[in-house]
Amino acid sequence: MEILVCVKRVPDTAENEFELNSSGNDLDRDDLVYSVNEWDNYAVEEAIQIVDKVGGSVTVITVGDDESEEVLRREMAMGANHGILLTDDAFEGSDGKGIATILKAEVEKGSYDLILSGAQADEGAGQVGGMLAAMLDMPYASLVNKIEPGDGKIVVGREIEGGNQEMNEMDLPCVLSIQTGINEPRYVGIRGIRKVASVEIPEKSASDLGIDAASVGSEGALTKRVDYFVPDLGDGAEMLEGSTDEIIEKLIEKLKAKGGL
Amino acid sequence: MTHIYAYIPFSNGAAEDVAMEFSSAAKKIDEGAAVTAVLTGSGADLEKVAQEMTSLYAEVIKIDNADMAYPNAEVVRKALVAVLPTGAVLLVPHTTFGMDLGPGLSVRMDAAYAADIIDFEGMDATTLKGVRQELGGAVSTHVTIDVASGAVITIRPGAFAPVEGGAAGGCVIDKSGDAGDLSTNRKFLELVEAEVGDVDITKSDVLVSIGRGIEDEDNIEVAQELAEAMNAVVSCSRPIVDAKWLEKSRQVGTSGQTVKPKVYMAMGISGSFQHMGGVKGNPFIVAVNKNPKAPIFQVADVGIVEDILDFMPELAEAVNDL
Ligand SMILES: Cc1cc2nc3c(=O)[nH]c(=O)nc-3n(C[C@H](O)[C@H](O)[C@H](O)COP(=O)(O)OP(=O)(O)OC[C@H]3O[C@@H](n4cnc5c(N)ncnc54)[C@H](O)[C@@H]3O)c2cc1C
Ligand SMILES: Cc1cc2nc3c(=O)[nH]c(=O)nc-3n(C[C@H](O)[C@H](O)[C@H](O)COP(=O)(O)OP(=O)(O)OC[C@H]3O[C@@H](n4cnc5c(N)ncnc54)[C@H](O)[C@@H]3O)c2cc1C
Repeated sequence: MEILVCVKRVPDTAENEFELNSSGNDLDRDDLVYSVNEWDNYAVEEAIQIVDKVGGSVTVITVGDDESEEVLRREMAMGANHGILLTDDAFEGSDGKGIATILKAEVEKGSYDLILSGAQADEGAGQVGGMLAAMLDMPYASLVNKIEPGDGKIVVGREIEGGNQEMNEMDLPCVLSIQTGINEPRYVGIRGIRKVASVEIPEKSASDLGIDAASVGSEGALTKRVDYFVPDLGDGAEMLEGSTDEIIEKLIEKLKAKGGL
Repeated sequence: MTHIYAYIPFSNGAAEDVAMEFSSAAKKIDEGAAVTAVLTGSGADLEKVAQEMTSLYAEVIKIDNADMAYPNAEVVRKALVAVLPTGAVLLVPHTTFGMDLGPGLSVRMDAAYAADIIDFEGMDATTLKGVRQELGGAVSTHVTIDVASGAVITIRPGAFAPVEGGAAGGCVIDKSGDAGDLSTNRKFLELVEAEVGDVDITKSDVLVSIGRGIEDEDNIEVAQELAEAMNAVVSCSRPIVDAKWLEKSRQVGTSGQTVKPKVYMAMGISGSFQHMGGVKGNPFIVAVNKNPKAPIFQVADVGIVEDILDFMPELAEAVNDL
C-alpha cells in the first residue's frame, strides 16, 4: 500500500508560554520551540505499521518553509521512506483550503492508496484532510482510531462523543484524519535523526506543481486571521499566593466550604 | 438581511443542545437574520424533531432518506449540497460529526470555511468577523470570513447562549425529493460502545484529575495518594489515556466521560474545550499548573501556580494531618 501522510510543523504547546508580540497582533515567535503536530506522529506511526503488515511505502509531505524540513526528517527517522517539501513564497498566508489545494496538486502527481492527516493541528480547525478528500473526490473519515486494511477496501473506526466508536467500510483510495491514541508512536532518538540527515528531500514550488499563485496564499484565502489577542474574561480564577504552606492552608479552608473535604 | 441555515443534529428523537444555540449565534452575525433549520434523517424521529424545531425556527427543512437513518457525514454532505441554495451560509456544530461533514462540504459548496467559532462580531457587507482560539485555547484570534459565495461555519457547542422555545410558529418544508443520488464509498457498519471500566468516575463528588503535567506514569501514585486522602477518585485528561497510563473510563471530556462532581481538582491540565466539555454541573474547580498563563485559570475558581509533583504530596500530607 502506498501511503501519504500530511504533517505540519507547529509551536509545541508543552514547551512554550505564548505571548503576544510588541504590536499585540501576532505571537512573539522569536523563541518559540517548534515540533511535529502531535496528531501527525500518530498518523505516521499508523502508516508505518500498515506498511509493515501489508507492504508498500510511506511518504511524508508538508507545506512549509526551509525549517519545515526538520519535521519531515523526524518522521523519516520514525520510518517513513520518503519526504516531500512543498514551499513557495506564494503559499504564505494560505487558509485551510489553500493548504489542501497545494497538497492536492502533489497527490495527483503520485499514486497513493491511502492519504492520512492528523485530526487537527495547532489552530484547532481539523480542516485540511476533509478538504483534500473532497478536492480529490475520495471518501473521507475523520477522527479515525482504528484501521483494518483489506483488499481494495478498508474498515475504519471513528471516535465519536463519549469515546464510542463508529465503524465504517470505505473504498480505497481514501483520506483519513487520525485521532491520538490509535497507537503508541515510536520514540525517535538523535541517532535515528542522524541516519536520515543526508537523505535528499525534494522541494517543489508553485510552478513545479502547476498551481496558479492567485488561488493560494493570502490572495486566495476566504478566511483570514486578522490578529491574535488575549480575551478579557473578567476575573478568572482567584489566584492563591504565598508560601506553599500558606497556599495549602487557604485551599483547605475553601475545599472544606465547598464539600471537597 | 442575511439568510442563515443551521444544521440540527439529533439522536434518539432529541435534538442536540446546540439546536438552541444557533439562533443566538445567527443574531450575532446579523441581528435581523432569517434562520432556517436543516435536518437530515429518516422516519418518525426526524419528523418529531423537525416539528419541535418549528417552535424555535420560522422555517425548518427536512430531508428524509433511509440512507441517513444513521448520520453518515459522507451521505449528509451530498444531500446538503443538493438541497441548499448556492451561496448559503450554513452553521454546523463543531463536534465529531461537524468535523466529519464541514471541511469537505465547504469545498463542494465552493464556499468559505471557518472552524470552531466561539463568537461573532458582526458582518460588514459580505465580510463576517468571528472569534476562535488556537493552541489549545492559549490564544484567541479574530478571523474574517468572506461569505460572498457562501460559507460553512462550525460553532463550538456551549459557546453561544441557548434560546428557549419562542413560539416561532414555523413550518416544515420537505425537501427529500431534492436530495438526489446519495450513494457513497463509505458505509456505516455499526456503533461500538466505549468500554466500561473498574471505576465509575461519574459517581464521585470529588475528582483529582491529572493531565500531561503528571509527566510520567510512575508519578500517578502521587495523585492516587492525594485522592485517597481526600476520599476522591482519580480521573484524567486524554493524553494520559492515549499513553495507556490510565484506562479510558477515567477520561474526562467530550470523547470521554461527562462528570458533575462538587469539586474538580485539575492537576497539570491546560483546560482545552474538549476536556472542559466533560466537566458539567458548575463544580468548584481548583487548578494547579506551573504555567501562570494556562487557559485553565480562565475557567477555574481557584488557581495555584505550582509544580503538581511537589504540590500534591504536600497537600495530601496536610489533609491527612487534619
Ligand atoms: C504567517 C501565517 C499566516 C497565516 N494566515 C492565515 C490566514 O490568513 N488565514 C487562515 O485561515 N490561515 C492562515 N494561516 C494558517 C495556515 O495556513 C494553516 O496552516 C492552515 O490553515 C492549515 O492548518 P490548520 O492548523 O488549520 O490544520 P488542520 O486542518 O487543523 O490540520 C489537520 C491536519 O492537516 C494536515 N496539515 C495541516 N497543515 C498542513 C501543512 N501546512 N502541510 C501539510 N499538512 C498539513 C496535517 O496532517 C494536520 O494534522 C497562517 C499561518 C501562518 C504561519
Ligand atoms: C475530537 C477531539 C476530542 C477530544 N476529547 C478529549 C477529551 O475527551 N478529554 C481530554 O482531556 N482531551 C480531549 N481532546 C484533546 C484536547 O484537545 C487536548 O489535547 C487535551 O485535553 C490536553 O490535555 P492536557 O491538558 O493534559 O495536556 P496539555 O494541553 O499538554 O497541558 C498540560 C498542562 O500541564 C502543565 N504542566 C506541565 N508540567 C506540570 C507540572 N509539573 N506541574 C504543574 N503543571 C504542569 C502545563 O503548563 C500545561 O498547562 C480531544 C481532542 C479532539 C480533537
